[in-house]
Amino acid sequence: MTEGGPNTLEAERGVSLWQDAWRRLRRNRPATAGLVLLVTLVVVAAATPWIAPYSYSAQDLEMGAVRPNLHHWFGTDQLGRDIFTRILYGGRISLLVGFCATGVSLLIGVLYGAISGYAGGRLDSLMMRGVDILYALPFTIFVIILMVFFGRNLVLLFMAIGAVEWLTMARIVRGQVQSLKHKEFIEAAYTLGLSRRRILLRHLIPNALGPIIVYTTLTIPQVMLLEAFLSFLGLGVQPPMSSWGLLIKEGVETMEEYPWLVIFPGIALSTTLFALNFLGDGLRDALDPRAAKD
Amino acid sequence: MAKFIIGRVLETIPVLLIIVTMTFFLVRLAPGGPFDAERNVTEETRRQLNEQYNLNAPLWRQYTDYLGHLIHGDLGPSFKNSSRTVNEVIGAGFPVSLELGLYALCVALTIGLAAGISAALRPNTVRDYAPMTFAMAGICIPNFVLGPLLVLVFALWLEWLPVSGWDRPSEKILPAITLGATYAAYIARLSRGGMLEILSQDFIRTARAKGLSEARVVLRHALRGGLQPVVSFLGPAAAGLLSGSFVVETIFQIPGLGRYFVQGAFNRDYTLIMGTVLFYATLILIFNMAVDVAQACLDPRQRRA
Amino acid sequence: MALLEVDDLRTYFHTREGVVRAVEGVSFSVEKGETLGIVGESGSGKSVANYSLLGLVPCPPGRIESGTARFGGIDLLRCSAEERRAVRGRRISMVFQDPMTALNPYMTIGEQVMEPLLVHEGSTRGQARERAAATMDSVGIPDASKRLSDYPHQYSGGMRQRVMIAMALITKPEILIADEPTTALDVTVQAQILALIKKRQQDLGMAVILVTHDFGIVAGVCDRVLVMYAGRIVESAATRELFRNPRHPYTKALMASMPSAHAKGEELYTIPGMPPDLARPMTGCPFAPRCEHAVDMCRRGATALVEIAPGRASACLRVQAGEL
Repeated sequence: MTEGGPNTLEAERGVSLWQDAWRRLRRNRPATAGLVLLVTLVVVAAATPWIAPYSYSAQDLEMGAVRPNLHHWFGTDQLGRDIFTRILYGGRISLLVGFCATGVSLLIGVLYGAISGYAGGRLDSLMMRGVDILYALPFTIFVIILMVFFGRNLVLLFMAIGAVEWLTMARIVRGQVQSLKHKEFIEAAYTLGLSRRRILLRHLIPNALGPIIVYTTLTIPQVMLLEAFLSFLGLGVQPPMSSWGLLIKEGVETMEEYPWLVIFPGIALSTTLFALNFLGDGLRDALDPRAAKD
Repeated sequence: MAKFIIGRVLETIPVLLIIVTMTFFLVRLAPGGPFDAERNVTEETRRQLNEQYNLNAPLWRQYTDYLGHLIHGDLGPSFKNSSRTVNEVIGAGFPVSLELGLYALCVALTIGLAAGISAALRPNTVRDYAPMTFAMAGICIPNFVLGPLLVLVFALWLEWLPVSGWDRPSEKILPAITLGATYAAYIARLSRGGMLEILSQDFIRTARAKGLSEARVVLRHALRGGLQPVVSFLGPAAAGLLSGSFVVETIFQIPGLGRYFVQGAFNRDYTLIMGTVLFYATLILIFNMAVDVAQACLDPRQRRA
Repeated sequence: MALLEVDDLRTYFHTREGVVRAVEGVSFSVEKGETLGIVGESGSGKSVANYSLLGLVPCPPGRIESGTARFGGIDLLRCSAEERRAVRGRRISMVFQDPMTALNPYMTIGEQVMEPLLVHEGSTRGQARERAAATMDSVGIPDASKRLSDYPHQYSGGMRQRVMIAMALITKPEILIADEPTTALDVTVQAQILALIKKRQQDLGMAVILVTHDFGIVAGVCDRVLVMYAGRIVESAATRELFRNPRHPYTKALMASMPSAHAKGEELYTIPGMPPDLARPMTGCPFAPRCEHAVDMCRRGATALVEIAPGRASACLRVQAGEL
């Protein structure tokens, strides 16, 4: 390969950097707990159809809402549906929205930020001014309008949330790219005659990966929160599908009589957010020792 | 400084124009009209209604008409509450939302600053970990979970506070805490980080070397710089307090602007949506501007720029 | 009785990697009106030793493990926080290395220079302002009274260091500790600042502790010198004596590695090896691994600073044995 020289150097530095970060992350107990919990959640979500104790929609009107007991760990709702099962299925949707919408925001944010930082000059200041203006907009309101007027389907939900959450990512990536642009190994890549596209994709973005990973981890909980918020207002996921936000919304309506209908979905959502935030904080400490000094 | 402010004010005009245009076409291009859903309306009345609200004119005509009224501060009649104009709806709803927002901001600042600063003064001790764990909880428990839980505990089980309403002072406690909690958490984290950053600076050592008391070091030398992150957060926070109030107003049945907006959105009340969006956007822009000015005042290095 | 008498000072940093013995049993004294130089490489503990005296070592991770520092009837290392505050910034002042970061960017120069008077002497703002202007004038800041309301970023580096000096001298202290006061400045400005410190010292009759890594500065300004290595004092002598006849191998090596000590075209001398890791336990002389004169005794026996001639001490075992 033509870029052998600078690339191997970077690769070596990269490996030790990642190993070092992994070591630091493992020493951080809340972050490790968050990671374990998160992996468990993803596995459980994937396996839900096989491990769920009841059918998702099986009703038992005669039984109605019962308190948590040995057969129904988290109780049942008025229609006699098992809450534990519904939380498992709701978690699938919540996690799906979390990851997919974050993916959308990641794609937009990284490309926008990288191009802006790499181009520099006029184009850069124009693009960043654009981000400034978008920051000033009441975006939650736009998402609400979007969801109300254009139907409430899942794909639109991904797009709408992703389109809101990419701004900070763009700023972070742009800052990284800008500071990396003038480092020696990039200049070396230039002198080796690599194309701009290649430099951007092979050298600049991989080296900005640390902050991107950190911020992605912190975006997922924000996205899940926004989804839950929309579902709570009745604008997100629609029945018969369910998400934690929707379960909370349904639970709030009857919480005086059946408090477990709101408590358990609330715990599920909050615990997941806890795990993601602790993991994100831990990753930041691990990947950016300078910022972690405090 | 005056030049700086005037510049910022002028900058907001194109931004507002973009917002008006975006909302206008977003709302109009969506399938379905405001009166489609009303069943017991004949074709004739629907046509008349459309006529009355200028919905039969070509789109660009409707747009220019709307802008024309806007310049005079007229946000038009509400489609669904035919007796009220949008200006009246905002006039009725906003003071309530503002009051709620201000209480929440007070809650957030008091708790957040106290927790964050005291944590920064004793980093990596119990007095740091305890408030920061609470802060993390504040961020991870969304207000639509916290609100119902508070109602459950304090209103339904303990019966200390009322479930909902917005007349007596006791009815305002739970909504203010619910709305303010998340922001208290963010402010705690930001002020801790900012204070730690500043307290590790060389000039703090200089201040100590001068023989100042610890209180004076913190209050006179560290606070001004350490609270910068909090000040820049107040812009987004103000915006968040306003849009976050949708949920809180729904939970506690408070007659604020947030509820009108959500209802308007569900009812396809074009003018009400546009009016509220525009109103919110203006408010947010004003807040951001105020924050920029406040920041320039706090940091002498920015003042020249 | 000396003005300041430090005995067996030990300051350790308790870090995750282990206990870093930054200052390991340092004893010295400062006489009224004299200029004492403390020389050493970075990491030799010279700054930490001085921070320890004023209680400026961040704790945790730093901790003063032992020692006394007698100053005017109190022990600076053991006195109450109030007693210490009454000393620092009033009777013992400090000037730091980097004037760019040592001044508070959020406060005006005037506020900062006036502060010691307001806090220690209970002056009114008017009095304080007047004296601040006078003090700034005396350290060579032109238009001092007008520039009180400026912020640090409006001053040049040299001017900021003058502000730092004015701030330190405004209470007419008995001791001024200058921690590498010229390292961050341009060469042309360095000489001006040193001359200024010297002049103000004579006017006020105060003692100066000058911490530096530059023998050139020591030669020009100091009466007496302490050479520090790995948290200990390895040699102390009157400046002239030290330059004429350095005894400790480390002092010799340090002087030999100064660029000015070499004829043009001659290769620069560098000390082989690296300073020891202070987090590791050490036996014998800390300089032994890098010392060309080291013998078995140096690697095993404990070292101590011992007087080898009047006013002159060395921690080198072979010097003490008369072998070097």
